[in-house]
Amino acid sequence: MGTIVQFENVGLRYGMSAETLADVSFSLDGGGFYFLTGASGAGKTSLLKLLYLAQRPSRGVIRLFGEDVVTLPRKRLPGFRRRIGVVFQDFRLVPHLSAYDNIALPLRVSGMEESEIDAPVSEMLAWVGLADRAGARPATLSGGEQQRVAIARAVIGRPEILIADEPTGNVDADMAHRLLTLFEALNKLGTTLVVATHDLPLIGKIPGAQMMRLDKGRLADPTGSLRYPPKRPDAP
Amino acid sequence: MKMDAARKAESATAARNRLLPEGRVAGPMPWVIAIMMFLTVLAAAGGLALNQGMRSLRSELSGRATVQIVEADAETRAQAVKKMVARLRVTPGIRSVQPVDSGKLADQLQPWLGGEMDTADLPIPALIDVEFAGEGPRPVETLAKLAKSIVPQARVEPHAAFLGPLSGLVATLAGVAALLVLLMAIATGAVVVLAARGAHESHKGTIDILHLMGATDVQIARLFQRRIALDAMLGGGLGLVTAVLVILLVGNRLSATGSDLLRAAYLPPWGWAVLVALPVGGILLATLAARMTVLRALGRAL
Repeated sequence: MGTIVQFENVGLRYGMSAETLADVSFSLDGGGFYFLTGASGAGKTSLLKLLYLAQRPSRGVIRLFGEDVVTLPRKRLPGFRRRIGVVFQDFRLVPHLSAYDNIALPLRVSGMEESEIDAPVSEMLAWVGLADRAGARPATLSGGEQQRVAIARAVIGRPEILIADEPTGNVDADMAHRLLTLFEALNKLGTTLVVATHDLPLIGKIPGAQMMRLDKGRLADPTGSLRYPPKRPDAP
Repeated sequence: MKMDAARKAESATAARNRLLPEGRVAGPMPWVIAIMMFLTVLAAAGGLALNQGMRSLRSELSGRATVQIVEADAETRAQAVKKMVARLRVTPGIRSVQPVDSGKLADQLQPWLGGEMDTADLPIPALIDVEFAGEGPRPVETLAKLAKSIVPQARVEPHAAFLGPLSGLVATLAGVAALLVLLMAIATGAVVVLAARGAHESHKGTIDILHLMGATDVQIARLFQRRIALDAMLGGGLGLVTAVLVILLVGNRLSATGSDLLRAAYLPPWGWAVLVALPVGGILLATLAARMTVLRALGRAL
């Protein structure tokens, strides 16, 4: 698979403040597994917002699936968004809908027939271990359960890119391990993963994953060659 | 444990139709629209009934005129009446000629002149009711010329002339009613716009999620317009039913007065059709206003 995401000299400024992101350039290959790290306030969430088209950059060029999305007309954005799955840091489940309906949302948005929705949603519920909580509303689910609903919702539409913002931030080590296994499985199916995290040991658990590190709104290694654990200087 | 089929189906329907929370009747929208529609239907009914009453009176009176023979001498007056009636009865274009009984005239004057006054002493003009056969060109003027040629003291009063001031009043009231309907429509549109804006603001979180999942503006706007259409349907229906009950009650009271003038103001079948069409128009207006408002608000987001 070729390049599916390309950032060129991207800058992002909120209002009249200083740039949150500056001169960010990188490209992501389809089918890759990418971690985005950096201290709090480094701009990880802002970068992800640009990726999942919740924000337009103040400057620069962003190409998604080979098309410039900065100048893309608004009416064409939904088509691109349907190709991207997002697991938000705060999950952003619709509070008055059940776990089942939250997971079914992307399918309903895409216009799938109601008769075709049940099988994949049930399968997804079973996959994330929530088959018995299908009718529960988010407020009655634990943090971990909410997160699994959010993940199921993000992947049910078989997105080409899955973006996860701090997915292990609110879960215990066991759940973090299960999530990572889930992500690996998705990645093996061809989904490109972009995971923002503070959890450096987590990065080491995915062999071949690439790391991008943001520092004060700039990429620490614009070449995208960072690895975790870092390569030893004497390594070949 | 898996969800049973019925629960899933119910849940799916709920998700599609009630993606936006809150019960419909719980909000003020249906009640506001019901009040608006009630007043709109009443105003429209008033305007239509007055207009219809005026038409009925005009069509009834436009083919009639009264010939007055003003003559102080009773005997000369009686002869003039006879002569006039005889000539008019053989005149083409006149359907009927009926001299008004002098006793009847005296009865009508009694409240003003008192019962003891001998009306024979008074030079009361003789009246002859004339009904034209058709809508020929200027029949009143033709009759006036003819009457003068028969009896020079004769004067012709077209009945429709009495309707002049009344017609002006009714036209003004009908205009006011039409203005009220228009103002109500504008107010309803404004209420819907405000409600749609409020709903858009209060459901911004859900809208953002839907947007990020690839929902189009039209898909999201459809949720709002469906919701507001249901509110408008409920409110419009309630307003219409209440207004119809009031109209029927008022109609019943008007009939009981026994006044021909008041009874002339009735709603024809097409008038009822207009009243029923008002809520339908209201629902369309509300739906369109909601759609436009939400689409405009969504257009400001990415």
